[in-house]
Amino acid sequence: MVIKRRAFIQTGALATATLMLPKFLKAFEKPQMVPPGNKVVVVIQLSGGNDGLNTVIPIRNDIYYKQRPKLAIEKDKAVLLTDEVGLNPALEGFKQLFDEGQLSILNNVGYPNPDRSHFRSMDIWHSASASNQYVNTGWIGRYLDAQCNGCSKPTQAMEIDDVLSLALKGENNKGLAFTDPAKLYNASNEKYYKDINAAHQSGEATADYLYKTMSETLSSADYIYQQSRLHPTGAVYPSSALGRDLKTIASLILSDINTKVYYVSLGSFDTHVNQEAQQKRLFTELNDAVKAFTNDLKKNNRFEDVLMMTFSEFGRRVAQNASGGTDHGTANNLFLLSGGLKRKGILNALPNLTDLIDGDLKHTVDFKSVYATVLNKWLNANDQSILGHQFEYLDFI
Amino acid sequence: MSVSPRLKNQHLLWRAAFGPMAENIADLEGINSKKLWELLLKTSAKKPDKIEVAQNLADGLYKGVQDIAKMEAAERRINQKIIQDQSREDLKNLNIRWLDEMINSEAQLREKMSLFWHGHFACRVVNSYFQQELLQVIRENALGNFGDLLRAVSKSPAMISFLNNQQNRKRKPNENFAREVMELFTMGRGHYTEQDIKEAARAFTGWGFNVSGEFEFRINQHDADTKTVLGKTGNFDGDAILDLLLAQKQTAKYICSKIYRFFVNEQIDEVKVNWLADRFFVNNYDIKKLLEDIFSANWFYEEKNIGTQIKSPIQLLVGIRRLLPMEMDNDQSQLLLQKILGQILFFPPNVAGWPGGRNWIDSSSLMLRLRLPQLITANEIVELRPKADDDTQMGMMEMAKKIKSAVKGGTATIDWTLLNKTVATVPREQLLNKLKEMILQAKMSVPNSIIEKYLNKESRENYIKSTVVNLLSTPEYQLC
Repeated sequence: MVIKRRAFIQTGALATATLMLPKFLKAFEKPQMVPPGNKVVVVIQLSGGNDGLNTVIPIRNDIYYKQRPKLAIEKDKAVLLTDEVGLNPALEGFKQLFDEGQLSILNNVGYPNPDRSHFRSMDIWHSASASNQYVNTGWIGRYLDAQCNGCSKPTQAMEIDDVLSLALKGENNKGLAFTDPAKLYNASNEKYYKDINAAHQSGEATADYLYKTMSETLSSADYIYQQSRLHPTGAVYPSSALGRDLKTIASLILSDINTKVYYVSLGSFDTHVNQEAQQKRLFTELNDAVKAFTNDLKKNNRFEDVLMMTFSEFGRRVAQNASGGTDHGTANNLFLLSGGLKRKGILNALPNLTDLIDGDLKHTVDFKSVYATVLNKWLNANDQSILGHQFEYLDFI
Repeated sequence: MSVSPRLKNQHLLWRAAFGPMAENIADLEGINSKKLWELLLKTSAKKPDKIEVAQNLADGLYKGVQDIAKMEAAERRINQKIIQDQSREDLKNLNIRWLDEMINSEAQLREKMSLFWHGHFACRVVNSYFQQELLQVIRENALGNFGDLLRAVSKSPAMISFLNNQQNRKRKPNENFAREVMELFTMGRGHYTEQDIKEAARAFTGWGFNVSGEFEFRINQHDADTKTVLGKTGNFDGDAILDLLLAQKQTAKYICSKIYRFFVNEQIDEVKVNWLADRFFVNNYDIKKLLEDIFSANWFYEEKNIGTQIKSPIQLLVGIRRLLPMEMDNDQSQLLLQKILGQILFFPPNVAGWPGGRNWIDSSSLMLRLRLPQLITANEIVELRPKADDDTQMGMMEMAKKIKSAVKGGTATIDWTLLNKTVATVPREQLLNKLKEMILQAKMSVPNSIIEKYLNKESRENYIKSTVVNLLSTPEYQLC
């Protein structure tokens, strides 16, 4: 009941009172609370085009071994999930998650007319556009637009980075990017900004827009910092960048912050040369950080409410190249991790290596179906208006 | 409220150029805007010197490409990697040297117009030679004839390579080039059909480039049959299609809308754009005359057009450096700033260019913009960690480490003497107002008493410095 009350005060009473509040108070108004038990999404972007075939390995497929005489991962080296499927040896921690029904693997995810350029394909994934369409907003940004009509909460979607990705930019609302709550707090805690913000009188629309963004950032910075100190996780995380980022995210998830989407990147997976060592290094970082993160969430009974999703802008070609690497390809697999998965395990057939287009995999699942599922079933949002089209739902949640 | 001559002139300089500079900011009260506009035209009249960063290409890169064909695959790949790395290195130089032109060149109008075309004809290929040549095409034609510019850009190896026309062959057409030429370079979406694109693509078959990086029409790959485009039927080749597109008034309309948004106001005024487009079309796409129509119109100087546009990151960075002459300790930190602020020259987000306007602003980019003046004047240590990003990487991860140490010792040495001289006769109690007038285009509602609290009053010099830094650190300074 306490929670309901608090929610009432925040959305009801304050919403009307805001009009009468002096500007400086508005800047420090506490963003809307969400009840605990709320669902959270953590997106892990594997930048550079991760080689899906050496991630989820078709251990009984001769074509795979024939096309990659040097690069294929032998069955006895892979982490075995089923009779047919192995994981990259560096992802040993994913095995336990798989066995416990907390990891699902979706194969052959892509889109029609795939683009093999990093930035263009990433653009397509971020904006959820068709491959001949240029859209200046991202799918999470448009989720903010839909959820957040008229509210001022950039903390609903946050990226742990210095630069905000297109995915988190909406028409009217944008997510917030920072690397560390304390640093963000210090940077925005300049008294000067707060003073000019308080003294600004609204007038011209563009200037007001800038002041509004500044004001939201300042109050969000305070809010995020306070929240991050509420229940800082005591768990040990690896000292890698991803470990640090997921630790930041865990501390926020354990607080009662209103964030629904977290976004973080790992890279570069652009393994044209000497792939084995590079993928191993990155997967070790991923494996260790995700292991610490999921253990932490489990210990705190929050894993049921958290859905993690990995993706990369494209997969790589089936055949290895001549420099111990692989070149840009098309369809790819993605990992879905959560304590609340409805369908578990390997969700669909492994890539068909006898049915290729110019040596590349054909996609069987449009990535926008994954977004639609996450938006609709996990975030309870109107996926059709956000994605501009009704995509088929999947049943992993 | 009337617009003062200073504000008017500064408005012209912010829009038609990269803002006032320390050297001329004192004189902006006495001159009338018409005179200033004529001066801008005159100083941009000369053909620009080429910015060459890849001069070794002919005997280096392209010889390399030919030799590469004979190599084993593995060896070839390593060589391609070396070439790519060299190209990235050259592109950094091209970036910084063009930025220098924007800051220091007297051909302000030409460089500003070139920046517009650089976004309009957005091209992202990691080939420094191609990019260097395309930039020169743009800078040479920036104030000339749009038809000439369109033809030259369309035949540049940079654009042909970026839009895959090298793969556009008879009976195996690739539509990418034709589509973007119509959608983004000339008419805009909604004024042609998919069938028009298909047919136009056939006309562009055979347009390619050779190993020396020159345009080449490969006649045996050209589809010489009849095509029907926009209701006209004929044996069209690529040139004929471009002529056909230029004959559409919609092309003039589309270009004028974009130019209006870039130079006048994000909010389109249909009546004005139509008037401009009519004249642009009648004047046979004379760009200089179009700009004359804009910058000598009374409506350009209306209050609603002044201080209401969000500066692009390039405008912001260049504007600061024009106001404050400075020596950068580390030129390359300017690339990192471009990346973090969201606009790296030669790396547009996609073929549609930078969307601009409010798209430049999010919490993190705005806060960095506000802190930038302090960063430059070295009062702050900032550690930046942009995500790995494969084709914009440009060695910036190492740079991120460098900028940290660079910032510690001061990113730049600013020469304050000119600015001090400019306000030498202004009494202390009027200094803040005077500097506000010179630095901000947007009206500031924050009272002076608030700003005063943050000013260093130890000496006149410190007072001026801290005033400038504080005014640059405002949301208002993001506008022009």
